[in-house]
Amino acid sequence: METAAEIVQHSGGVIGLSWLTIALPLLGAAILLLGGRRTDRWGHLLGVAMSLASFVVAVIVFFELLGFGADERRRVVELYDFLPGGTLDVKMGLLLDPLSISFVLLITGVGSLIHIYSIGYMAHDPNRRRFFAYLNLFVAAMLLLVLADNYLGLYVGWEGVGLASYLLIGFWQHKPSAAAAAKKAFIVNRVGDMGLALGIFVIFTTFGTIAYGPVLANASQASQGTLTLIGLALLLGACGKSAQLPLQSWLLDAMEGPTPVSALIHAATMVTAGVYLVVRSGPIYIGAPTAALVVTIVGVATLLAGAIIGTAKDDIKKALAGSTMSQIGYMMLAAGLGPVGYAFAIAHLIAHGFFKASMFLGAGSVMHAMNDEVDMRKFGGLAPKMRITWATFGLGYLAIIGFPLLSGYWTKDGIIEATMEHSPILGWLAVIGAGITGFYMSRLFFMTFHGKPRWEKDAHPHESPAVMTWPLILLSIGSVFGGAFLIMGNRFMEFLAPAVGRPKELPHFAPFSVAGVATLAVVAVGVAYAWLKYGRAEVPAVAPRGSFLTVFARRDLYGDAINEALFMRPGQWLTRLAVFFDNRGVDGLVNGLAALIGGTSGRLRRVQTGFVRSYAMSIFLGAALLVGAWFVVGNL
Amino acid sequence: MGEAITFWVLAVVSVAAAFGLVFSRKAVYSALMLGVVMLSLAVLYAVQEAPFLAAVQIIVYTGAVMMLFLFVLMLVGVDSSDSLVETIRGQRFWAFVAGLGFAVLLALGIGNVVIGAPAGLSGAVSQVGGNVPGLAHLIFTRYVFVFEVTSALLITAALGAMVLAHRERREPKPTQKDLSRARFLGDHPAPLPGPGTYARHNAIDMPALLPDGTVSELSVNRVIARHDVEDGHLPNDPRLAQAIRNVAEAGVRTEQPKVVQAVAEAPEVPVAERDKPAAARVPGDGPVEEEGK
Amino acid sequence: MTTHYLVLSALLFAIGGVGVLVRRNAIVVFMCVELMLNACNLAFVTFARQHGNLEGQIIAFFVMIVAAAEVVVGLAIIVTIFRTRRSASVDDANLLKY
Repeated sequence: METAAEIVQHSGGVIGLSWLTIALPLLGAAILLLGGRRTDRWGHLLGVAMSLASFVVAVIVFFELLGFGADERRRVVELYDFLPGGTLDVKMGLLLDPLSISFVLLITGVGSLIHIYSIGYMAHDPNRRRFFAYLNLFVAAMLLLVLADNYLGLYVGWEGVGLASYLLIGFWQHKPSAAAAAKKAFIVNRVGDMGLALGIFVIFTTFGTIAYGPVLANASQASQGTLTLIGLALLLGACGKSAQLPLQSWLLDAMEGPTPVSALIHAATMVTAGVYLVVRSGPIYIGAPTAALVVTIVGVATLLAGAIIGTAKDDIKKALAGSTMSQIGYMMLAAGLGPVGYAFAIAHLIAHGFFKASMFLGAGSVMHAMNDEVDMRKFGGLAPKMRITWATFGLGYLAIIGFPLLSGYWTKDGIIEATMEHSPILGWLAVIGAGITGFYMSRLFFMTFHGKPRWEKDAHPHESPAVMTWPLILLSIGSVFGGAFLIMGNRFMEFLAPAVGRPKELPHFAPFSVAGVATLAVVAVGVAYAWLKYGRAEVPAVAPRGSFLTVFARRDLYGDAINEALFMRPGQWLTRLAVFFDNRGVDGLVNGLAALIGGTSGRLRRVQTGFVRSYAMSIFLGAALLVGAWFVVGNL
Repeated sequence: MGEAITFWVLAVVSVAAAFGLVFSRKAVYSALMLGVVMLSLAVLYAVQEAPFLAAVQIIVYTGAVMMLFLFVLMLVGVDSSDSLVETIRGQRFWAFVAGLGFAVLLALGIGNVVIGAPAGLSGAVSQVGGNVPGLAHLIFTRYVFVFEVTSALLITAALGAMVLAHRERREPKPTQKDLSRARFLGDHPAPLPGPGTYARHNAIDMPALLPDGTVSELSVNRVIARHDVEDGHLPNDPRLAQAIRNVAEAGVRTEQPKVVQAVAEAPEVPVAERDKPAAARVPGDGPVEEEGK
Repeated sequence: MTTHYLVLSALLFAIGGVGVLVRRNAIVVFMCVELMLNACNLAFVTFARQHGNLEGQIIAFFVMIVAAAEVVVGLAIIVTIFRTRRSASVDDANLLKY
């Protein structure tokens, strides 16, 4: 079974009701948004309930799905005729298969935990109800994105999560920086969305349909050039949504949103939509090696860029955002490798969902304790004050750097080894990325929890309430065991095989392969260097000027500067040119014409002297002229 | 032959009268000249087998319309004559060019056309027994609708003239008491001295002598004085002549308020004066007198 | 002979036209208009005779009626204007201009 299984029509059962997973959060969002202030008192509870209910449905669907044989686990639930438009007849349905159900469980599970966490985190915000409404909206849109059985449904969800992301980044819209960040995220995403839309258009013109089933089944029949075009267009969409180079610039600014948002949307779920898109469109990339190669290159470049950015950021959330970029780069890299990498990509995605959410929420917990301070240079020595946060964050930290036997170790190692077999250069770059990951995560961890306290005077760090710590604990369990559970014995690969196909030869997990040892070694070097620099040594309260490289990293690799120079300024020039043309050209023409007519009229109206005799004269002269003309022309 | 003689005589007369109409400076002369033209044309109509029109021309035009013209002339100021100074630049030149061109073009055009002998109306008329029955036959059969419409037109015109010329009285009519009060408040409680009370003349243009022997300029009508000056009919007595000259020029130069005097002289005028909107009441108003001298 | 009548008619018409253009006294202008109408009537009567047809006289008759109505209304207007502006000059009523 090298290719994916056939898609089976399904009706009845809980799977038939799987639309509830989308409908329930959507209903919650509708009630909270339309209900207005009346729902303020219990709005957050409704949001949590809807998310949890969605999770429960998802779990039942999951087990029902497991009840089918492996080849029958791709099931489509037809809902209704979405766009009956002549040749483009889009039937809306939900595709339940191992790939989508994995996402659904991650989204609803982690999402519910973050909902619960938010009750505590947003307790003092007057707009908590609105926050939960947006969170529910996001969950609904994200579920539609992964569950839709066609590209248009995916696109609707894609735009829905973009909207929710915009609303949540700009949740504290009274802050100009938040408003600007929301706008930036939205606009950069538009660039990606254009790619996605173009990809869908090409898919439609090529295959005559946009449903996954026929498109992916017939992908091999299309020409390689077309597939490459589709692959690159979809990759552009994926880059926008997943903050991959060159559309990475919005993610760091997106940290302006509340921390649970960063955890849910900009770490665990939404930013992984690009990976989902690439994996879901696997047959297209298999048919287009060039596009797949570009995917891997983008992945490697982003994983390095994100890691480098992460090393220089003093803002704890931005450092984590850099890390997110980097980790998604790993997933992209894996997704570009084909069926070999799909399982690792998704496994890493799920593991990352757990440990990154755990760390983001841990960072939120720290901020909660430190009066919303985000500068790590003002933290330090927090470990004794916040044991639970420290412990859960520490587990997440160990997981992400690939500490043996924790989640990241399994998934990331799998990616690196698969890459090594595919292309040693990319593999070694990924290893270097792992080393940098070890360095910056250690730096973050030591600067925050260890060393001497560098707190502001009015800071009184304390442990967060239970409603916030329990999600941390649950997430850290996932980040400890998730990887092993998924990777051991190729369990996840077998599970996913009906959806994405199985590689020709299954990878053998070798803990002492060259790549594995090298990875562990560079990670150890990174951790040790971080310990020397930030654990043992004094951390200056004000960031030192730093070397050229530090500044380079601190400025997000000059991503904003490049965008500004390449797009913003030419755009402004174009605008100025248009304004100039409008003022001088169009307005000049119109105004000139008006002035000409006005001036002519001003002179002509002098003919109207008001003297009746003048008018009589013109009549008489005219009559005389007429008689004369008549005389000349005709014969009187 | 008889027709030719009639035509040539009347043509010369009518053209001369038309020129007189256009070029005489006094409107009354113009009116009289118009009357001459109309009468000539009436005769020409009669010559051209249109006896009914000739009669109508005389009765309606020369009788009614001309009388109306003269009435209005008297009402509006018979003493005013047109200024010779043309105010619109080039108007006169172009008027003559256009008129000459028009006349020459039409005359040339008409002259170039070869026209046979007139058919004459005897045929058309003899069937119905005369010109008037012939016209009546047409008017009351084929053109009866037009005829009815003209009756509506005439009624409308009469109504329109009434509406236009009508003036609401906005204050009570001055009683004899008001008038006598106005007179005693004015400069001349007594009537103005009448003209023609000079020992050797009783002509209306001779100023009166006041009891102290001085010449009263108030006693001479301005229009008459002006005619005297224009025509050179000044008395030999230098005092009287000077007085008449003063009166004739007074209307032009000095802008004496004549309201009170007018009240004393003619009760109708002050009402008109008072009824005028303030904006129209120009200083030194009265009939237009700036022209002519 | 017809030609002569027509030329006379044209002459009178042109003279009337010049009068309309040259004279400023509204009443005189009116008289000139009447002169032009009469000139036209002469032409009509002449043509009636030329063609042996009474229609020309009929139209001359109607012209007379219309002229009478016109004179009545026109003179009323002149009187009204004179009453407010104290002037019978057509040049004085020139407010309606640029």
